[in-house]
Amino acid sequence: MLIIPCPYCGERPELEFSYGGQAHIDRPLAPTDLNDEEWNEYLYVRANPKGRHAERWRHIHGCARFFNAVRDTRTDHILATYKVGEPAPEIPA
Amino acid sequence: MFETRIASPFSGESGAITAVAPLGRAVLRCREADIGRVSDKLGLALPQAACRSESNGPNSALWLGPDEWLLLNADMQDGWVPGLAARLDGELCSLVDVSHRQVALSIDGERAEEILASGCALNLSLRAFPVGMCTRTMYARAEIVLWRTGPRSFYLDVWRSFARYVEALLREAESEV
Repeated sequence: MLIIPCPYCGERPELEFSYGGQAHIDRPLAPTDLNDEEWNEYLYVRANPKGRHAERWRHIHGCARFFNAVRDTRTDHILATYKVGEPAPEIPA
Repeated sequence: MFETRIASPFSGESGAITAVAPLGRAVLRCREADIGRVSDKLGLALPQAACRSESNGPNSALWLGPDEWLLLNADMQDGWVPGLAARLDGELCSLVDVSHRQVALSIDGERAEEILASGCALNLSLRAFPVGMCTRTMYARAEIVLWRTGPRSFYLDVWRSFARYVEALLREAESEV
């Protein structure tokens, strides 16, 4: 089982968390101004990197807060976690 | 006055696992900036450190999240939650009476940690989970609130419909550890 460090509660077992998809996707401020392609991009198009991925997680069976994590998709190692609203941390290679 | 009688979903009262008498429960949510004022009005300091609890007489506040607390009233006094709501009048916060949504078990004794470890993935040693620590977590497939009330005592709050499931697994674990 993965041990995931929640920014609020500390290290917790994976089964307390749920995955929330790619992080740092802002909802358009004026959705009516978007054409179909831009709206499609916002709703459906996601990065699928082999390597580091910033993603949303929710500590649903703990403090219930959303937070962001940088995970390496090759190794499943979680390199950093940080609160929503904070920028993704710089992680040395 | 009505006499409040609540049927316990639990089957037995033996060994290390016992049903806790009915409690008053409320979930309070408020913003960080208001915590001090709300604490004053409640007469109970809302803990701001993660996974910690505060008690004052029969009342306790358990940290569930940075803006969420489970309030417990051991006396199960009639009108406790409406009384709290009246005291919080004018505050922008949410207070929900969940007294009957959950039921509680007490797990006590030398083997309490081992019994809980049968279904709970947290490190429950006294160093990692000291007295007064509380958290929402999982026991097997059920969400619980776990609170360490003493070096060998745990309070376990679980939604009523999951109660017999949790109790059955705990009793099985008790027979095996």
